[in-house]
Amino acid sequence: MNIFKKTIFSVLLSLLVMGNVNADKIRIGTEGAYPPWNSKNEAGKLIGFEVELANWLCIYMKRDCTIVEQDWDGMIPALQMRKFDAIMAGMSITDERKKVITFSQGYADEVASLAVMKGSNLEGMDTPAGINLTKPNADAKKALKTLTGALSGKTVCTQTGTIHQNFLESGDVGSVNVRTYKTQDEVNLDLTSGRCDVALAAAVAFTDYAEKSGKSVVLVGPTFSGGAFGNGVGVGIRQTSQMGEGSEQGKKDAKLLADFNKAIDTARKNGKISELAIKWFGFDASM
Amino acid sequence: MDLELMIDSLPKLLNAAVITLKLLSVSLIIGLFIGLFFAILRLNKNIFINRFAYAYSYIFRGTPLLVQIFIIYFGLGQIEYLRSTVLWVILKEPYWCAIIAFSLNTGAYTSEILRSAFQTIKPGIIEAGKSLGISNKVIFYKIQIPIAIRQSLPAYGNEIILMMKGTSLASTVTLMDLTGVAKYIISTTFKPIEVFIVAGGIYLFMTFIIHNVIKFLEKKYSFN
Repeated sequence: MNIFKKTIFSVLLSLLVMGNVNADKIRIGTEGAYPPWNSKNEAGKLIGFEVELANWLCIYMKRDCTIVEQDWDGMIPALQMRKFDAIMAGMSITDERKKVITFSQGYADEVASLAVMKGSNLEGMDTPAGINLTKPNADAKKALKTLTGALSGKTVCTQTGTIHQNFLESGDVGSVNVRTYKTQDEVNLDLTSGRCDVALAAAVAFTDYAEKSGKSVVLVGPTFSGGAFGNGVGVGIRQTSQMGEGSEQGKKDAKLLADFNKAIDTARKNGKISELAIKWFGFDASM
Repeated sequence: MDLELMIDSLPKLLNAAVITLKLLSVSLIIGLFIGLFFAILRLNKNIFINRFAYAYSYIFRGTPLLVQIFIIYFGLGQIEYLRSTVLWVILKEPYWCAIIAFSLNTGAYTSEILRSAFQTIKPGIIEAGKSLGISNKVIFYKIQIPIAIRQSLPAYGNEIILMMKGTSLASTVTLMDLTGVAKYIISTTFKPIEVFIVAGGIYLFMTFIIHNVIKFLEKKYSFN
């Protein structure tokens, strides 16, 4: 065997070995760009509500965990391709996503809100404080009507592949001019630059940005929940059927889901989720 | 493989390819003028003019296109003063930011391609013109520029193909070009392989057309 063949052989072999080294560790995918849910500090270390919660859940489950960074737009495909075993990335539980992955029970509520720069003519909209879109009542319907009028002709910015984009494209607020970005950071930048008239995301994503950047970003209109906004944020896990019902990986995934559900239950009951939520969001977002 | 999704997404992606072609053609036209202008500056004997043109091509060829487009789109957008000027009318639009970045980038490469083409023109041709009493200006416009363009066709064909692929970066500043729409479809179907194969196929087809047009032009304007 000449040196060339040897090199190729050893590289291939090492790739095979590397793929199995982490077999028993749980790898958890997160975005690292959606503060305060998950983000990175100046040293490049992952921090945030979900990072701390993930670490707590792992200790409770007595499993070794590594938290892996993954761009938001490739999150679900990366889970399916087994780059990691679970998603904790502020991902809301929606019917659309349930078609391709399963979710644990929700561990936190994501409250969505519109935001504008101070001085915008959208400030002071006459709407209730919050509306639920699962079975919109008269107030909610009226609020949607108000929003339809207010948002018409405006450029509304949001992150790609989010519940917020789904809502804006659902027709609930008429046909708005939606502009989508790869990360929430970019949405914030274009909101302050004035390219976006208004933006939609988790309310805490805006308040966190306003606080850290000192920019005068303010929330407007009602907060949204239910309907297109899904039912809280949960841990995303591969569907057992994806790897074959009886397969070893399928069994592992099913067990992982059960373990997460149990751990989340405990974390909720012993107040850990509330504690972390108050630390990162400033209010109790547990559910 | 989800064949149905591939067929379903084809018309949407073809529609988006029109935006890609629009971005490509507009920036190539502007870039050609920028390139020609700077190629002429590069040939200038004045060291300051020469160095200035060199610095331009050095900077734009030496930095990634993605960085350039980010500086123009997100970077300039953060300068408050700029937002109060009339320039903001253009810079506010992602489309024009992309066009500016692409034009400046392809302009830098084109200026190098044209400069080397000018320098390879045999002095004999210019001398022949002079001996016929043709003015320097006419020699430049009617002899040097046409020959330089013909000389640079193969290299410029490559530049067009590189630029065509470069336009995919427009999706990073919210434009719904071919890559942008592909990503959009993936964000709702979660099937990247199928959609990117179709998008890649469309890019390949565009390369095929560009390649053959350039080959045809090379043959048509062959010196032999």
